[in-house]
Amino acid sequence: MKEAVYIGPNPSSEPDLTELVQRVAMGDQDAFAALYDSVASPVHGVVRSVLRDRAQSEEVAQEVLVEVWRTAPRYRPDRGTPVNWILTLAHRRAVDRVRSVEAAAAREHKAALLDRLPDYDHVTEQVEARLEREQVRRCLRTLTDVQKQAVTLAYYRGLTYRQVAETLALPLGTVKTRLRDGLVRLRDCLGVTV
Amino acid sequence: MITADLHTLSGAYALHALPHDERAAFERHLADCEACAQEVAEFTATAARLGLATAGPMPPEMREQVLHRIAAVRQERPVSASTARAGRFGTRARRSSRWALAACVAAAGLGGVAVWQHDRAEDARAVARQARASADELAAVLTAPDARTGTARLAGGATGAVVVSRSLDRAAFVSSGMAEPPRGKVYQLWFDDRGTMRPAGLMDPRRADQSVLLQGAVDGADGMGITVEPAGGSPEPTSPPVAVMDFPA
Repeated sequence: MKEAVYIGPNPSSEPDLTELVQRVAMGDQDAFAALYDSVASPVHGVVRSVLRDRAQSEEVAQEVLVEVWRTAPRYRPDRGTPVNWILTLAHRRAVDRVRSVEAAAAREHKAALLDRLPDYDHVTEQVEARLEREQVRRCLRTLTDVQKQAVTLAYYRGLTYRQVAETLALPLGTVKTRLRDGLVRLRDCLGVTV
Repeated sequence: MITADLHTLSGAYALHALPHDERAAFERHLADCEACAQEVAEFTATAARLGLATAGPMPPEMREQVLHRIAAVRQERPVSASTARAGRFGTRARRSSRWALAACVAAAGLGGVAVWQHDRAEDARAVARQARASADELAAVLTAPDARTGTARLAGGATGAVVVSRSLDRAAFVSSGMAEPPRGKVYQLWFDDRGTMRPAGLMDPRRADQSVLLQGAVDGADGMGITVEPAGGSPEPTSPPVAVMDFPA
């Protein structure tokens, strides 16, 4: 299934996407179309999860995908798989956007934030994506409540750890630690290797 | 902030959950801490898994819109590096691919050159403080209000930061922990003019930590490289780069 996300110095576990990115880097628009078909859905998913607003999400997701095209010549396999690179970029851009617009806006209530976490059961589509979702959901269940809430608020909502601390009424140090040990647990459960 | 404290920020960093100032501080720490860099790489890959799980239905019209847009967007140059002889023009395409190849070879040989770029003037000012630069001109670059900083981990645990001021049109390179070059050799700095390397001065071979003002104007260069050259330097690179860094946008 998602061999794609196992990153490492040897990209052999992911021949297709790495090769596609290399072709994209040479200006191959057909290769980009194929890459789009592989990554656009999670790119949009990540951005939508953080931004929630539909129109803004589409705008930012498009910007991310255009940036993938523009910067593909600078992609370095030694820094992670294409999926890793692209989804990290998507999350970063979504977070940049939410932080630039939220400065004045009051943060939403904790309940509202937690309520609208991605609805994993909502969509049915290709088996691969469903398997990925099930695995992530299973691994999120191995976290303590605080770990899970901290990681999901930070990743899926784009909150800073200070905002997470405020939302969960926890000390800053606790949130830092829970984000880290939550990720350790997820990493091990998902079998992520670098 | 003390180091032990910084270390626990790896999770928040990988999730993009650090405010700007702490992110910059952690990136400086990261350049010195190999274990942290490894952990961040693993956490980043873990976060990507969380991201993959969000895959869902897409607005169908987006595909055509994006494909239409990219047709009009010019791609960036590959990260440049070269064993090719610079100075000949008219063979740019061929040369730039050789530069890219050399960069891959160099990166593989050095165990990877990881670059974290960040662009806050605060970083530049912090670098300036650390560098304790004596030369006014160097200090002017490091503290320019529009100074932008990119940091890189170099071979053997060394770290480097490139600081560019567009308004002054000058750039500086700050290194820490660089290995001594082989006897009779010297580190030479280069401006990267779209794949063509332009000499930008030499580093002091006896100092592991130093701040060097790149000689000459940036003049549109979009990156810099470092090669090992015979003492006194060369008019063009004679060896693969030990490091290549893009100038921060």
